Amino acid sequence: MKAQAVDHISLLPLYAAAGTAVLVLLADLLLARRTAVFAALGAGGLATVVAAIFTGFRAGTFCDPTGGACSWVPSPLAATAAVVFAALTVGVLALSIPALRLGTAPAGEFCFLLAASMTGGVVVGYAGDLITLIVGLETLTLPLYLLVGLRRFAPGERVTTSAASASVTFFLISVVSTAIALLGAALNYAATGALHFDRLIDGAGPTAPVAQAGVALLVIGLAFKVAAVPLHAWAPATYEGSPLPVAAYLSTASKLGGVLALAAIVTRLDAATLTALLALLTMTVGNLVALRQTRMVRLLAWSSIAQAGYILAPLALGADGVRAAAAYAVFFVVLEFIAFAVVVALRPPGEDGGDIDSYRGAARRSPWLGAALVLALAGLAGLPPGLAGLFAKVTIVDALIDGGQTWLAVIVALNAVIALAYYVRVAALLYAAPPRVGIAVADPELLEAATHPRLPLTRPVAAALITAAVAAVVLGFAPQLLFDALS
Amino acid sequence: MSVALVAVLLIPALGAAVLALMPKTQDQAARKTGTIFAAAALIPIVVLPFARDDAWSSYSVNPLAVRPWAELDLSWVPALRLDFHLGVDGVSYPLIALTGLLTLLCCAYTVRKVPEGGPGRTLVALLLVLETGILGTFLALDLILFFLFFEVVLLPMYAVIAGWGGPDRRRAARKFVLYTLFGSVLLLLGVVLVAVTAGTGDIAQLTGGAGLSRSVQYGAFALFAIAFAVKAPLWPLHTWLPDAHTQAPTVGSVILAGVLLKMGTYGLIRIGVGVTPLGAEWAAPVLGVLAVAAVLAGSLICLRQTELKRLIAYSSVGHMGFVLLGIATLTATGLQAALLGNVAHGLITGLLFFLAGAIKDRAHTGELADLGGLRESAPRLAGLLGFAAIASLGLPGLAGFWGEAFAVVAAVERGGGLWVTLAVLAAIGGALTAAYFLRLLRKVTHGPAKGSVPSEITGAEWLAWSPLAALTLAVGVAPALVLAATSAPVRALTEALR
Repeated sequence: MKAQAVDHISLLPLYAAAGTAVLVLLADLLLARRTAVFAALGAGGLATVVAAIFTGFRAGTFCDPTGGACSWVPSPLAATAAVVFAALTVGVLALSIPALRLGTAPAGEFCFLLAASMTGGVVVGYAGDLITLIVGLETLTLPLYLLVGLRRFAPGERVTTSAASASVTFFLISVVSTAIALLGAALNYAATGALHFDRLIDGAGPTAPVAQAGVALLVIGLAFKVAAVPLHAWAPATYEGSPLPVAAYLSTASKLGGVLALAAIVTRLDAATLTALLALLTMTVGNLVALRQTRMVRLLAWSSIAQAGYILAPLALGADGVRAAAAYAVFFVVLEFIAFAVVVALRPPGEDGGDIDSYRGAARRSPWLGAALVLALAGLAGLPPGLAGLFAKVTIVDALIDGGQTWLAVIVALNAVIALAYYVRVAALLYAAPPRVGIAVADPELLEAATHPRLPLTRPVAAALITAAVAAVVLGFAPQLLFDALS
Repeated sequence: MSVALVAVLLIPALGAAVLALMPKTQDQAARKTGTIFAAAALIPIVVLPFARDDAWSSYSVNPLAVRPWAELDLSWVPALRLDFHLGVDGVSYPLIALTGLLTLLCCAYTVRKVPEGGPGRTLVALLLVLETGILGTFLALDLILFFLFFEVVLLPMYAVIAGWGGPDRRRAARKFVLYTLFGSVLLLLGVVLVAVTAGTGDIAQLTGGAGLSRSVQYGAFALFAIAFAVKAPLWPLHTWLPDAHTQAPTVGSVILAGVLLKMGTYGLIRIGVGVTPLGAEWAAPVLGVLAVAAVLAGSLICLRQTELKRLIAYSSVGHMGFVLLGIATLTATGLQAALLGNVAHGLITGLLFFLAGAIKDRAHTGELADLGGLRESAPRLAGLLGFAAIASLGLPGLAGFWGEAFAVVAAVERGGGLWVTLAVLAAIGGALTAAYFLRLLRKVTHGPAKGSVPSEITGAEWLAWSPLAALTLAVGVAPALVLAATSAPVRALTEALR
């Protein structure tokens, strides 16, 4: 048997990402200094971005010697996804630094797990067959079980088990969903003998029902990862229990991984009805439940469930909708990241998201943070000034109408109205006047300032926030950049 | 001239950005700066008509419905069929001028008097953002771009109502924003439907319904009609309007009634009638009936109102009913009446809301029962209110007359039992308008004086009000001021229907 030629250039993003994880591990082991670990992950993330852009779009590698199907396919979508994964990883690191400096989690382990997760994300984007895809997805998710529960308590601090229980919830659901997805892949393989995406075909003949069941199970298993209704119940509980930056990572990078995996399946196999149904349920239920949330992170969790519904909707079109779904996903992760970053910045390090009411008047105290959150929320609602979000909505409505699924476009449009109700509630609360106290106070502003001290904004958080906001504004004025990158 | 087009949008946007960066302590200076930007935005607006070239269009063999005086066409997002295509013609220009003027007056008014609720600097910045959005809507010659600007005004207007409004402002603002977003998502579906089917979003190319099948036009027009009916607002989709108007601060009400509502009627003419003429023809009777229902419902509700601002808000429903009736007739007379009615309503209702705000500020109440005798306590204010009310009820010689009278004339011209009946009913509605405005005047200006109302009108108020009063008179005497440039585009629009 002849040894296969491996195109190492096309593997560069993977080398960079995996190398980052190793580098972080070594830095922690040898230097044992937090700053060195942070620097290693930051530099590795940037290297991954550069590698993904440098590799760009080229022929695949690890191909079947008989020709055609490859297991590693550098496509424009894969490169874009790798850039986003790496950027999100660095961003989440930046959000975590204040808490890590306090020692809420061991910095070395935290950064290593984050880098490992990034590696998984990169693999998902470039995967060319089902096994690589699922391995990538598991590499993306596995470190997250630990990251969700990774919480150290200072002496004297009240010890809670919420992080641990969130971690267990996430772990159990995720393992079950992986098992379902694997079963689906196996059934489909049994019926059609195909693992490579290029060879995936809808089943025919007597094995057709088996193949169909396989496809359905595969889609359902992956739908867990994007938290699509009715497979969503883990998400709010897990987000709420995990540290804020990890919740940000879960709702952006982890979700993006699920979207990429689903996109790979629905492009080749017919799962239109199932996907459309999932999209319909996900956006409607997500938005309706979000209306009643009183906790900030839960609200963001439910809103991100609803957003997953918007992403799923164009996927119901099959291959025609992938570009729209991917574009929406990128617009969404940028805006969602800003929202979480502002929440991190407004809360003391290591704290959870708190009640929505505790954000009352926050924008009066910190106008720039308030403006950033308004930008993010308006974008998630699909309205200016969040132009990126507006273009995201236009993109999927355009794709759906173009693909003949007008009814789904109507549902998306009506959901946008429901969603605005809760986004505007939060945004208005940020600017609301402080509540009246029962007693007469000479200077209510002074009392407000005393009871709600303005927290110092740490440099890494500020840098992440500014970068993300600039990205959102640039994408808002030049969305064509993203569309060009995706094709 | 394309420089002027961009400047029209850029100056207010720049002004808002500058205001956002100015320090908190410099509130008064910031408001003045904002007013200077609003005034500067008028310069390119004044320059625009000089680009007009009538000779060319009259000699062309195949007159296009949209032949902009000045035009700018840049590719923006090809993937979404979105071009940055701006243009101005006789249909949009009067509304553009009105927007520039009203924003300047509102900014100038805010320099002196900031409503309670927040810093005046932010309010002026929001007014400038609103101006950008509204002007963009009137200038856009691309469907997706039109939608984009249509959305720009949503959140700033919400913020104006929720930040500086009356006691029940949050609920009113929420109602406003959800209602109008409902309208604009339907607009999104409509514009994307048209853009996808025709393969382009260029309004100039699409006008006349080229390349759209009958069924697409029906579907798209239904979406447009509901979307713009929410914005205009057309009975029975008007219920957000009274709350929003009553709770909004004075400048918010002026902008809302003066120009924001016009985005609905303008859109209906430019896009509804222009892009989907077959759909417009198909739905015209329904629109006509609803428009007349709005006229009658608005007037009857006004007869029962006990609050000043709420009464004026409901009167808007009636006036916009006349405008929509004019559009529904789909005749040249009707469309011109609608365009004139738009401008007249903007001037008169803007003035009425300024006056209502002034009266409420002075008397600390808007209840008609608690007002009275204004003629004795504040004769000048009472005189102006009388002038505005009489203009609004459509006295010949003032701006309000032409739009309403010719909407009725157009309906009669259209002929047939339905349209003549509608004309008669609309005329009765016009008479009811007179009834409720006279009732308003009797309650507010006549009778015994209740409480002391500071009588003098400040310089800022004169500055804000006198242009509106003067223009009301000018447009009333010479409607050609508004209509001069509309006949060619309107004729082309109606010819597309033949």
